[in-house]
Formats: sequence, structure tokens, C-alpha cells
Amino acid sequence: MGKQHYQINVNGEAKDVLAEPRELLIHTLREQLELTGPHIGCETSHCGACTVDIDGKSVKSCTVFTAQVAGKDITTIEGLGSPDGMHVLQEKFREHHGLQCGYCTPGMITRAHRLLQENPSPTEEEVRFGMAGNLCRCTGYQNIVKSILAAAAEMNAAKEAAE
Amino acid sequence: MIPAAFEYHRPADIPAALAILDEHGDDARVIAGGHSLIPMMKLRMADIEHLIDLQDISELQGITVSGAEVTIGAMTTQHDLINNADVARVAPIMHEAALQIADPQVRYMGTVGGNVANGDPGNDMPGLMQCLGATFHLVGSGGERAVAARDYYEAAYMTDREDDEILTKITFTAPEGGYAYEKQKRKIGDYATAACAAIVQMDGGTCTSASIAMTNLSDTPIFSEEAGEALVGTACDKAAIEAAVAAATGAIDPAEDNRGPVDFKMHVAATIIRRAIERAVSRA
Repeated sequence: MGKQHYQINVNGEAKDVLAEPRELLIHTLREQLELTGPHIGCETSHCGACTVDIDGKSVKSCTVFTAQVAGKDITTIEGLGSPDGMHVLQEKFREHHGLQCGYCTPGMITRAHRLLQENPSPTEEEVRFGMAGNLCRCTGYQNIVKSILAAAAEMNAAKEAAE
Repeated sequence: MIPAAFEYHRPADIPAALAILDEHGDDARVIAGGHSLIPMMKLRMADIEHLIDLQDISELQGITVSGAEVTIGAMTTQHDLINNADVARVAPIMHEAALQIADPQVRYMGTVGGNVANGDPGNDMPGLMQCLGATFHLVGSGGERAVAARDYYEAAYMTDREDDEILTKITFTAPEGGYAYEKQKRKIGDYATAACAAIVQMDGGTCTSASIAMTNLSDTPIFSEEAGEALVGTACDKAAIEAAVAAATGAIDPAEDNRGPVDFKMHVAATIIRRAIERAVSRA
């Protein structure tokens, strides 16, 4: 089977991509759409650096074929914030030193975003359990957990202020 | 890691999926969540010419709880299962086990059907299904049939399912009594070094029924009838539990691998089985 057209919605934009069925989503995102936020870490479904959001689920994009996500809504770190308009999670990771080399960070933040959508006021234990699919090999997890808890608090405060 | 090329099919219903299976025989494989199969394809340990994606088949979706009768569609993800309040209420052992599978991202994609069907001895649901005495429902060109979970597994990756059959759903009667799913793993995302599912019913301080099954301690999940019998009629005191642990460890045959040598695994298994029974008794 040669290349096929697949329609995917990425960060709010409809994209038509041409890919072989065996093309993994991470390669479509990085190499065709030049969204290099999602990283290739382990390539074996363990590290979570390639995490993206697909129809409201955190998914390791190294373990899904682009063909499988045709028609679905995909959000990458690029869809959450930008250098000029950072997402609260990005601000809090910076403020609390939630990263060192930064390689795992896009996956961490994309996963944390979904976690806070599902559980806006998690306990520390719930953050650790909910982030268990993302590995960091340099800074350790203490400041990552702190960053996510701080982001949750700020997002909840903003929500309350808006009401 | 890029898998070998394949043709991708996404049938809309079961007859269409069966037609593709019929046409391509063992060159075709169905894919559910893909979190066992895609890694194998990337490693080129699975060579598949025709991949049949089941995601559009609505008959394979959904959870139904009617009284104590539970039906779980094969495409139900572990995430769906964990978030289903009816399952948590009538079969909390299933909720407890699903939370111990892999990690959050994998649980969003990994399905119950894939977990029980592929015959990987490391998977947790097959052991749990032995404990529950669940029934697997298969459909093929020859029609539908039901197989007891305890009769389904033949060897590692070898099951009673024929190449032209699809596992459609799992049914079981929710158990009464105390329960526990205990799992020892090296790290999040790893398969069990040893895991044990236990359900124990007590009446007036005496055990009236017990079901004990184990994960990743043989090339198939193991149901130990003898371990259950060692508890029935007793007060589940220390001696009875040790007899059950001895019966259960007598039924397993772990292999040495990167999780440790056989002696170590037997030791871990005994500890995990003991903990599972003790916790099930404490909840009975």
C-alpha cells in the first residue's frame, strides 16, 4: 500500500497529510508538519516525551499510526502556548525550575494539561500517579510536581475570579 | 523504529472485518489499542501484511452492568474501565487491577479485549479473568461461540482463538466477598514480576468460597483451584493462608528473565499471593 491522504486536525487547523499506513504520528508531526515540540525519546512507549493530546486523551505519538488518527483532533505543545503567550503550565515550569535539559518538558506539559482538565485540583499523590507515564532523566520529579500543583492553583484562582 | 509496510483496513462492522480476515488468513491481524501490537511491529517481531483497525466497530464498544452481570466490549479501554462507576461498584477488583496496568497514556489506548486476547503472559487482565471465571465471546466466519477464560490460554501467545476469529466481548458475574489484585513490578510500565488476583467470601468467620489466580508466573495465566480449596471451610487463619500459598506456588512455573532468576520469582510470588489473600480476607 503506497501513500494515502489522511485528514487530521492539528492545533485547530485541518491538515491533509500524505503518508504510508506504517508512518507513526510522531514522524508526521515532526517531519511533515514541522511540529518539533513532541520529542522522540525512547521510541518504545515508555518515556512520554512524544505525548500529544488526541480527542481528549494523552497519547504517546510514537505508538500510534497516523492512519489510526485520521479525522481526530490533535493538540501538541505548540497548540497550548507560544513564546509570547505561554500557557500557565509553561509559566509555572519556568518559575519552579520544572525542567533542566527540557527534553521531556513538552510531553510533561501536554500530559499535565490533560490531567488538570480531568482533575482540576489534584493532590500531590494524584499528580505523581497521573504523570507516571512521563520520565525525566535530569531534574527529578520534585519540581515538576510543584510546577503542576502551582499551575492547578493558578488556573483554579483564575476560574474563580472569572465567576 | 519503523514497522514493515502493511495495508491498513478500517471496517465499519464485524461482517466487514471478518471478510478481510477470511480473505487474507494469517497475513492479517486485528488491531485494537495497538499498545502491544505496534511495539512488536516496530521491533519487527510481528510481520503483518494487513492490519485491520477495529476502532469504528460500535458493537465492540461499551460496558453494560445489569444486576451482577457485567459485559465489557472488547474495545473498552483501561481508561474507560477505570472511570466506569458501575464497574467500580460491582467489580472493584477490576478497577483495582486496571489501575495497575502500564501508565496513564497506555491506559487511554490499551483495551481490555486486546489485553485478554493476545495471549501475552505478562498482561494482567487474563489472570484477573481466571479469578473471575469470565467468559470470552468470539465471532468468526463459522458464527459465534463462547469460551471460558480458564480454557482460553494454551501457551505464550497461543490461545483458543482461531486466526479468523475476533474477540467481541467479555462477560462475567460480579463476585461477592473480599477481593485484591496485588502486583509487584520493577517500575511503572513494566509487566509483573508476580501478580495475584484473589476473591474470598466469608460467612460467620468461615470461608465459603475462594478464587486465586496468578499473572506472569507461567507461560499462561494460572488459576489454582487447590489454593481456593485450601481456604474454603477454614477461618482463613495463618495456617490456611500458608496452605493456599503453597498450593498456588505449586501450580506455577516461572522462567528466568530480566526480572530475576526462578528462585527469586518463586519468593516474590509467595509474598504477593499471601498479600493478595490477606487483603481479600480483610475486605470479606
